[in-house]
Amino acid sequence: MTAPAVSPGAVAVLLPASGLRASLRRIGAMIRRYTYLLRSSGIRLIELIYWPFLQMLTWGFLQKYLATTTNPVAQGAGVLIGSVLLWDILFRSKIGFSTTFVEEMWSRNLGNLLTSPLRPLELVAALSAWSIIRLAVSMVPVAGAAFLFFGFNLLDLGLALAAFFAVLVLTSWSLGLLAAGVILRYGLGAEELAWSLAFILLPLSCVYYPVAVLPSWLQPVALALPPTHVFKGMRSILLHGVFDATELWWALGLNAVYLSIGYAAFSWFLRSARVNGSLLQLGE
Amino acid sequence: MAAAASPVAVKDLTKVYGSVTAVDRITFSLEPRTTVALLGGNGAGKTTTIAMLLGLVVPTSGEVRVFGADMAHDRYRAAERLNFQSPYVDLPMRLTVRQNLTVYAGLYGVANGAERIAFLAEDLQIGPLLDRATGKLSAGQKTRVGLAKALLNTPELLLLDEPTASLDPDTADWIRQKLKDYALARGATILLASHNMAEVERLADRVILLDHGRILEDESPAALIATYGRETLEEVFLDVVRGRARRGSKDESFEPRKAS
Repeated sequence: MTAPAVSPGAVAVLLPASGLRASLRRIGAMIRRYTYLLRSSGIRLIELIYWPFLQMLTWGFLQKYLATTTNPVAQGAGVLIGSVLLWDILFRSKIGFSTTFVEEMWSRNLGNLLTSPLRPLELVAALSAWSIIRLAVSMVPVAGAAFLFFGFNLLDLGLALAAFFAVLVLTSWSLGLLAAGVILRYGLGAEELAWSLAFILLPLSCVYYPVAVLPSWLQPVALALPPTHVFKGMRSILLHGVFDATELWWALGLNAVYLSIGYAAFSWFLRSARVNGSLLQLGE
Repeated sequence: MAAAASPVAVKDLTKVYGSVTAVDRITFSLEPRTTVALLGGNGAGKTTTIAMLLGLVVPTSGEVRVFGADMAHDRYRAAERLNFQSPYVDLPMRLTVRQNLTVYAGLYGVANGAERIAFLAEDLQIGPLLDRATGKLSAGQKTRVGLAKALLNTPELLLLDEPTASLDPDTADWIRQKLKDYALARGATILLASHNMAEVERLADRVILLDHGRILEDESPAALIATYGRETLEEVFLDVVRGRARRGSKDESFEPRKAS
């Protein structure tokens, strides 16, 4: 007599829950979840490209106009366009990180995630990786369009562009971690912070003007922010053709400090939410 | 060989929110392969107790262990051996049922995820729903999908908070039967929080009755009914929440509360 056939799915075959491979698998599962979400809505995909595309068009036409005049401001136009594009990298990456996190709260899914084997560090890694993917989805077509419409090739910035990109993305993650932590602890009422936090850096990191413009007491604050060194470096390349690597090392060092602070703050807020019981009310 | 750790061991567990004591020095443990109900009125401490067992809430004091793992500090040691379902959480609404289950199969490390989803789809009759957006399902369908998520990793411990809340009697009865079948087939331990007496009488081997964060009773449903001299568990529950003492009780601390 043969035993009745057992369905291959009757019992779950579980893979090891700890170790690097397990972590990568869980991070991969989260990225798959975000991909499904993006694919589920064409409007989201269009929205991702829409605003950077508008920015690029506006500043591209301005550059074209200034190039036809003898106005000395024309020389500065390239600096302004570069500033806008680099600021957009920081802003879009931060928005990508925060929106993706807040999405879990809107959908009341965070309770499922936080009781699964997913570790907080893995959640953060997935959010960070996804912010880069979102950035690529929005910026690559826009950079391509800038080349087609205005002959502006972002890659002409060479290696400096990769370094600027890394610094700005790392800063955006620090901000994203802080915003996510506050929202975890205080709920969706603090959601506004997720959207507005990056703007604190806009006047302080000297996106459109040199650090010397700031009052002397505010200059050390500006220099303590990694993006300030990126915008300083960019102006140095565009106005003087000089790439100062020291600025980037400073920025990367500062980023290491801010990322550590960001993750510590996120962990502290998460712990505080577990103590306070606010994870039970998420999304309600 | 060391004895296997109890699925759940709770000792002097307390949770205080500001001036409110939600759970007050409760102690209990669950034997393997048993179904235990946490019963109590609103604010009795059921959800907070389950949240502490899941590691979602950190106790103010006391100890909560699942398969020997301290859930306040080391919950990942037990995370893949348990799962839960609650009406207070949802699966992402824009994703299809299959996508949601695939993501959670990845998170729980289910190597045979596709086969497991296919098996659960047939078992829980959600096959036709697999490619529909989760947000477009009815309450009953969502409950079945939530149960599929909770059973994905074939958990040894299943925590259920109001598993049949807002379901029609037919669907609720069907879900209860499925839970019973699962516990029997897999030898799983189930802890469920419920207001539904019929559910508790049908499923539970044992009832832990909570009131104002304290354990008032911890017995089998039949023993509780006999102790209170009642005919149903619902009558026992009403006795407890209205502060009526059990038959023959000499416990002077168990005084009836005044109606508010």
